[in-house]
Amino acid sequence: MPYFLFSVCGFILMMVAVGLIRILRGPTNAERMMATQLFGTGGIAALLLLAAAVDVSAVVDVALVLALLAAFASVAFVKNASRETDDLEGGRSEARPRS
Amino acid sequence: MTIASAIYIGLAVLVLALAGWTTFARDDYAAIVGFVTYGLLLSLVWVSLSSHDIALTEAGIGGGVTGVLLLGAGARLRGARESTGVKLPGIAQRVSAAALCTSISVGLALAVLILPDPAPTLAPSAAASLAATEMGNPVSAVLLAYRALDTLLESAVLPLTLIGVWSLASDRFWGGRPGLQYRADREGVLVFLAQLLPPFGVLMGIHMVWIGTDHPGGKFQGGTILAAMWILTRMAGITDTPSISRRWLRIVLITGPAAFLAIGLAGFAMPGTFLAYPAGFAKPIILVIEAAMTPSIAAALALLLAGPPERKPNG
Amino acid sequence: MRFILDIFTVILVSAGAFFFLAGTVGLLRFPDTLTRLHALTKADNLGLGLVVIGLLPQTGGLYAAKLVGVWLLVLVASSAVSQLIGRAARRGMLQK
Repeated sequence: MPYFLFSVCGFILMMVAVGLIRILRGPTNAERMMATQLFGTGGIAALLLLAAAVDVSAVVDVALVLALLAAFASVAFVKNASRETDDLEGGRSEARPRS
Repeated sequence: MTIASAIYIGLAVLVLALAGWTTFARDDYAAIVGFVTYGLLLSLVWVSLSSHDIALTEAGIGGGVTGVLLLGAGARLRGARESTGVKLPGIAQRVSAAALCTSISVGLALAVLILPDPAPTLAPSAAASLAATEMGNPVSAVLLAYRALDTLLESAVLPLTLIGVWSLASDRFWGGRPGLQYRADREGVLVFLAQLLPPFGVLMGIHMVWIGTDHPGGKFQGGTILAAMWILTRMAGITDTPSISRRWLRIVLITGPAAFLAIGLAGFAMPGTFLAYPAGFAKPIILVIEAAMTPSIAAALALLLAGPPERKPNG
Repeated sequence: MRFILDIFTVILVSAGAFFFLAGTVGLLRFPDTLTRLHALTKADNLGLGLVVIGLLPQTGGLYAAKLVGVWLLVLVASSAVSQLIGRAARRGMLQK
């Protein structure tokens, strides 16, 4: 059973690696935003399988934190991707030089 | 070669490839995405090395917080570069920077690899003394019992760093609110997410602090999660940064290090030396320190990401 | 009993891995940002769900509840985030 779980873990990591190559090469920034999405699911699946294979229970906490922070990082990427100022207000636009 | 070692080698290759790609990326945004993904991947590596505390911190800081910091810096630099025409470093400078970084990495790798097998380590003696501290997590024991002085000094660094960041404000904005006000569609998905995730995130953060003495976790990991949740609500436009002259903010920032220092000084009274814990009370005192430090760490991290004040106090 | 649980785990985890494969193939082959986003989010989430359900017999009690909690969190977060990414992608496309 651990052997099988390790194999699937390695397989999923390979899928993540291949997906990462495709995403990071992507022509636009919208493509690259998906990188943390890919990690949010693939990386967590690999972690949970690893945890079950070596029978350590603390790894689920790492998976939870990873899920939260991957979502948070994705939101940060989306919010900061565009140069548009319609999402910001408060006295400065994006292109204002620093005083 | 077993499957496990194949996975570890694969992870190492992936980490190196991603680091290389991030270094040579053409675009700021692409490099930042690569760096954040690298941080998340690195937390997988830490898990495979059985370092769960570091994995939690790496996921929190390297994955989320540093990404936001870099994105904010990138946004400010975009405006500056367009207006001031700053020169990018030339090829000689870049090559020497690359050579310096590579030699440091190679040096570190050699230093680890030439250690005799088994490497000299203090882990057995650290584990042997765990019973005296009544804690189950040796990492927390090292941070808060054996080397509590280091942690006290680190806890004082955060407010000092914050003061440094605040000092970058221009005179007319001093005392104002850091950063910009974000706006988002009130009925939209982002606001939904920012209302749904933070309660869970706060629960998770407090859980991390509570179990930190016996299982991987601790105040820094918990504080990072809390800071990330607050920044999420700020990005959705639900909350706004407080103006830095508010008294409650300053009290929150100072409470943690002050409590730690007070407990340290109280150590003179009871067992006799600075930061000594009375026998039998080590774990409750450590929990008090962690509970007091967590809001300070969370507030300091969140405000560090917000940056110097850029708006008038009531604007 | 042990054997049946192990068979259950193997079948479901393999199904989960298959969906990860399908998601990655979609990521590589689909022509458009939005379709790639769709492949990534839907297939990978389904794969994660199947893996989680498959791992449940191997563990017990609180740990199993935490596993399901991870999956629910990822489900909610990635659904919302994929909406945001989709909107940003469409905005980028409209600007061209």
